[in-house]
Amino acid sequence: MTTTRTLSVELLTRVEGEGSLHIVLRGDVAESVELRIFEPPRFFEGFLRGRSALETPDITARICGICPVAYQMSACGAVEDALGITVSDEIRSLRRLLYAGEWLESHLLHIFFLHAPDFLGYSDALAMAGDHPERVRAALRMKKAGNALVTAVGGREIHPINVKVGGFFRAPEREAVRSLAPELAWLRDEMASCIDWLASFEYPSLSTDHELVALRHETDYPYCEGRVVSSRGLDIAVTEYEDVFEEQQVSRSTALHSVIRERGGYVCGPLARLSLNQDHLRPAARDALKRSGLKLPCDNPFRSILARAVEVIQAADEAAALCARYEPPAACAVAVPLAAGVGRAATEAPRGLLFHRYELDDSGSLKSAKIVPPTSQNQKSIEDDLRVLAPELARLPEAEARVLAEHAIRNYDPCISCSTHFLELRIERQ
Amino acid sequence: MPTPKPKPKPKLAVIKLASCDGCQLSLLDCEDELLAVAGALDIAYFPEASSRLLKGPYDVTLVEGSVTTAADRERLAALRRESRLLITIGACATSGGIQALRNFQSYPELARSVYAHPEYLDSLATSSGVAEHIPVDYELRGCPVDKSQLLEVLIAALHGRAPRLPRHSVCLECKRRGVVCVTVAHGTPCLGPVTQTGCGALCPRFSRGCFGCFGPSDTPRVQALAPVLASVGATDTDVARLYGTFNVGAPAFGDEHRVRLPVVE
Ligand code: SF4
Ligand code: SF4
Repeated sequence: MTTTRTLSVELLTRVEGEGSLHIVLRGDVAESVELRIFEPPRFFEGFLRGRSALETPDITARICGICPVAYQMSACGAVEDALGITVSDEIRSLRRLLYAGEWLESHLLHIFFLHAPDFLGYSDALAMAGDHPERVRAALRMKKAGNALVTAVGGREIHPINVKVGGFFRAPEREAVRSLAPELAWLRDEMASCIDWLASFEYPSLSTDHELVALRHETDYPYCEGRVVSSRGLDIAVTEYEDVFEEQQVSRSTALHSVIRERGGYVCGPLARLSLNQDHLRPAARDALKRSGLKLPCDNPFRSILARAVEVIQAADEAAALCARYEPPAACAVAVPLAAGVGRAATEAPRGLLFHRYELDDSGSLKSAKIVPPTSQNQKSIEDDLRVLAPELARLPEAEARVLAEHAIRNYDPCISCSTHFLELRIERQ
Repeated sequence: MPTPKPKPKPKLAVIKLASCDGCQLSLLDCEDELLAVAGALDIAYFPEASSRLLKGPYDVTLVEGSVTTAADRERLAALRRESRLLITIGACATSGGIQALRNFQSYPELARSVYAHPEYLDSLATSSGVAEHIPVDYELRGCPVDKSQLLEVLIAALHGRAPRLPRHSVCLECKRRGVVCVTVAHGTPCLGPVTQTGCGALCPRFSRGCFGCFGPSDTPRVQALAPVLASVGATDTDVARLYGTFNVGAPAFGDEHRVRLPVVE
């Protein structure tokens, strides 16, 4: 007789936000896999209605304290699209610089504090510090350099205050930015020196078949601009996003999963970005990619930690170069005359594509808002991965199975806080 | 100094309610101090950072986020019992956060606008700060909190003294630092005169008006500020929006938000 076994993780740890996992295994087949979100809903899309389009960067930032810049950039982009505004090259560079800072903060947190402990069998980075004090010390210094960048450009590291639709409130001072270049160059080199260590981790085997989705820009590794492309030939403008992607209510769960119409789930985030944009890597990052042994496109999400590491090098190298030649722009923002319109934007949050769509009335107040965060796009694939891992999970003793399942979830650096405003909670009554 | 004989380190818990995680992230952003914090305190329960989850009682409990579900509301009494010191961190935990905007709208309508099946939600019609439900030992302001203030609160807790944090306004902070007044110089509406400092007058230093993310100062003279805001062209809607953000759940800001809101028929 085949036995049925339930594997539960009541509180997922080392992820942002709160969720739980329930897997029902029948033999070595996963009968159901549910990643549950118990973050209380905060109704952002609801109370954005009636607010000024100019308030959207500050308000939507509060959806997520880990990636507020991503929300600010997608908000600015959507409003600027609605109003037909384009910003200057100098503002564009400052935005890239700020976004690079957020990737550094977020990726470094994930690599060293949330994910590496999984591979090495520690409960957290502080426990890891006992055996690897130099690594953790260096990680803290690297993370600090990322925070310093966001603070210099944005005013503070969490929920920056210097961003507005059209640009920035004040151009950061020349010296404040230029002086960051050496530490960012150090960060790049330090991360490069960690590649061999990361590559030496023991990677659980997992082979997936996800469609990879990311922005792709003509010349640059993508932050705020580009077309939405995929590993299966998708290539559309951001304005066509809703024609191709839809949020589906899955019957067995209450979560809204974002899917590609008629094709199903997909993955966004570092592995997807890297797979679709490796030709835009800077030499230092390209070199790191080579040494990492990561083959692209990569079908093993456990290796995403290497993709994050390569992106840290990419972001640090570009940021160091931008800082070294920074001159404060004469105008740090363009004029924003409010008018009616519909605007859309997608940017590359650390965890992947973040789509915003706003409808403005003629006073520039929001009539509606739609936000699709990366974790809603990855959730279906996270559950698929757990299904693929089922035989392995079934074989392992309870405690180890739980550790492996959590590890598989952390591959995506899921940001559950972001998810709260669109995921529904199911209350099961049996 | 002779080393005192080792006694167990005080246990720290970090709890999350409805929030963005930004305030607890501030603790991990203390890169220079984090190892020292971990040396002085046993980080016993901090799910965002560690898989090691120890049971209470805790010596210091930091609470992030606001109370928006019945489950969270019911959790608080037990949390209070097992916490020697209970400190709220940030605007959400202190005054309900941006999600307290629901307190000023029709909740069923708001829920329906985002969720097809709001009946499934375990969600209250209001978002409130923790102190509305249980006694709180200290409230740290900010959206997010300032990390040096967070460290001061932890150090004070370790030493059994009250935190030494300023209570004056952002406006006074500008005067002390010689920051040009954004309202006088540029005609920018600013909540600095009624907002508690803690940020070092950050927004005015970036030529931007304060939007009150640290919440009302000790005696916020909201009425006195009204004509100043009007004199630089702020309409009722502008003022309602200005007060209607991260600390709208604080009475001084919420009342002004409510009276300035356009009347909906
Ligand atoms: S107070 Fe602000 S930063 Fe802190 S948890 Fe709430 S929304 Fe996030
Ligand atoms: S100036 Fe006001 S809005 Fe800006 S950081 Fe300080 S308290 Fe917050």
